Amino acid sequence: MLKQYETVVILSPLLSEDELKQAVAGYTKWFKKKKIELVHQENWGLKQLAYPIANKHSGYYLVLEYKSNVETVAEFEIELVRDNDRVLRFLTVVLDKYALKYNEDKRAGLVGKNKKVAPKVAPVVEPTIS
Amino acid sequence: MATQNKKDIKFLSNPNLNKNRKKYCRFKKTGIKYIDYKDPDFLLKFVNEQGKILPRRLTGNSLKFQRKVAQAVKRARHLSLLPYVTDGLK
Repeated sequence: MLKQYETVVILSPLLSEDELKQAVAGYTKWFKKKKIELVHQENWGLKQLAYPIANKHSGYYLVLEYKSNVETVAEFEIELVRDNDRVLRFLTVVLDKYALKYNEDKRAGLVGKNKKVAPKVAPVVEPTIS
Repeated sequence: MATQNKKDIKFLSNPNLNKNRKKYCRFKKTGIKYIDYKDPDFLLKFVNEQGKILPRRLTGNSLKFQRKVAQAVKRARHLSLLPYVTDGLK
């Protein structure tokens, strides 16, 4: 059964621009080879890490969204583990129907940080958290 | 003096000051169905200065969404978007 998955990969900051592109191209190529439909791909660029991983304080964030079956996801994760000189960390999550809607809305610019339209409703007063 | 009204009673402090407002679940109220673990700025509302997840007692979240918040915070921590331990987060 096909399900939509989302994998966030943190790549080493020591990679050069070309090496980074090569790594990303490598993954998309792998997806093509396995006939997985890549729904969305997002590159966050170099970001500061909240805590050091493998003595590194920053990393390239890469978000991949794809439709796949369980076996292929496991294979992809093995690929990422093998690629340990480039990959600092990764996380794969199954997307449920709410997550799918959220991601679509986010791409359309309806929710999240890059919201295009200003919200009509006045901001709700949030309960004070001490 | 005997006909003193209730209005005239003077309090040392405002008696309405400590009446706490009813807490509510912000996700139910605003209709948010999915909590994004990739948005650390939003999750920052649900952790304290040390990066610990705040209890429902303080946030007022319903149980369903408190579980989702906790899950999202933990995922964000794994991806180094939020710290596991820190001081002076806010």
